[in-house]
Amino acid sequence: MYRIDFNKLRFLLCDDNPHMRRILRTLLHSFGAREAYEAEDGATALEMYTHYVPDIVITDWSMPIFDGLELTQMIRQPESKGNPYAPIIMLTGHSEKRRVTVARDAGVTEFLAKPISAKGLYQRILNVVANPRPFIKTKTYFGPDRRRNTNGAYIGPERRVGAPAEVLQQPSLLDKARSPI
Amino acid sequence: MAKEKPPALDIKSYPTHHVITQPNPLRKVLQRIDEKELDDPVARAEQALAGLSGEFKNWMVVEADRLSAAHAVVIKEGFTETNSEELFRAAHDIKGDAATFGYPSAAAAAESLCRIIEHAPDLDKVPADLITHHIQAVQAIVHDHTKLDSVKIASELSRRLRKVADEYLVHVNRDRPEHLDAIMAPSIVPGD
Repeated sequence: MYRIDFNKLRFLLCDDNPHMRRILRTLLHSFGAREAYEAEDGATALEMYTHYVPDIVITDWSMPIFDGLELTQMIRQPESKGNPYAPIIMLTGHSEKRRVTVARDAGVTEFLAKPISAKGLYQRILNVVANPRPFIKTKTYFGPDRRRNTNGAYIGPERRVGAPAEVLQQPSLLDKARSPI
Repeated sequence: MAKEKPPALDIKSYPTHHVITQPNPLRKVLQRIDEKELDDPVARAEQALAGLSGEFKNWMVVEADRLSAAHAVVIKEGFTETNSEELFRAAHDIKGDAATFGYPSAAAAAESLCRIIEHAPDLDKVPADLITHHIQAVQAIVHDHTKLDSVKIASELSRRLRKVADEYLVHVNRDRPEHLDAIMAPSIVPGD
């Protein structure tokens, strides 16, 4: 059996709501995490990201200055000096399918819809630690592989060619978002 | 953990894309343990959360008051971009937090308000009462939360508000299919 040694992980929490930050901090500390840096807006989070080089980012979507989606897009810059590969867990009150798709296309690794639960958060962290996905770089996308099932009929503009489809057996981001765990 | 040098990348290039794989940088935090050593971090976290629950009522009052304050500014100055955004943000925070704090009906009322702000084509034309009733519902749910008979009423209140709000939104978006689709789409959050 495996468990996560949380005290070796460094987290960056980004949420403009102080109550939600307190909840997150409490959950992470009780998992065993000791290093959790907090930002209340996207701009501060980006600065802290560069400075502290966190292993995992947990961000809200709606925030002042720039939001969690823009933060994700700024982190996912393949040529940036910082680490563009860090797992990003989007924890948000937005609970519509199209939001999950937009988050996925910005490079979010995991999506967790509020209300938050200890189990849901733990499961997302376990997933990014134990099952990292390769990154894909195209003209219009840089982020974790979004392909989780084969669709031979797909002929859209982002159809990849030149490589066999390697499918990671994982539920889609939407299915995960729908699941409370 | 994060101070270590990042592992080398394996990059495979194809005509339309690159597949970039790096050895799992977080692998070292996975520890193999005996079953008897296994504790339950989720149970520990739930216990810690329960320890915080004494503060939830106060937090909820703060959130509800922020919503009322944002609404008061809207009444005074109208739906400017800044005012609308603050009203949405206050409602959206309640939508996300209130169920965790033990106020699921307040979350439902706040979600309904978020939908109005997000999908109404012209906020100035939304009946003022519709918005006011949402604000008052959140306040009432938060302040009467401890009364045993209020839980059912709160749930019914939120359900009816949502019904009225949805009817309004469907009507005013009848020529805006993309909004109509979003309004009719089921939430990804599992129900209670």
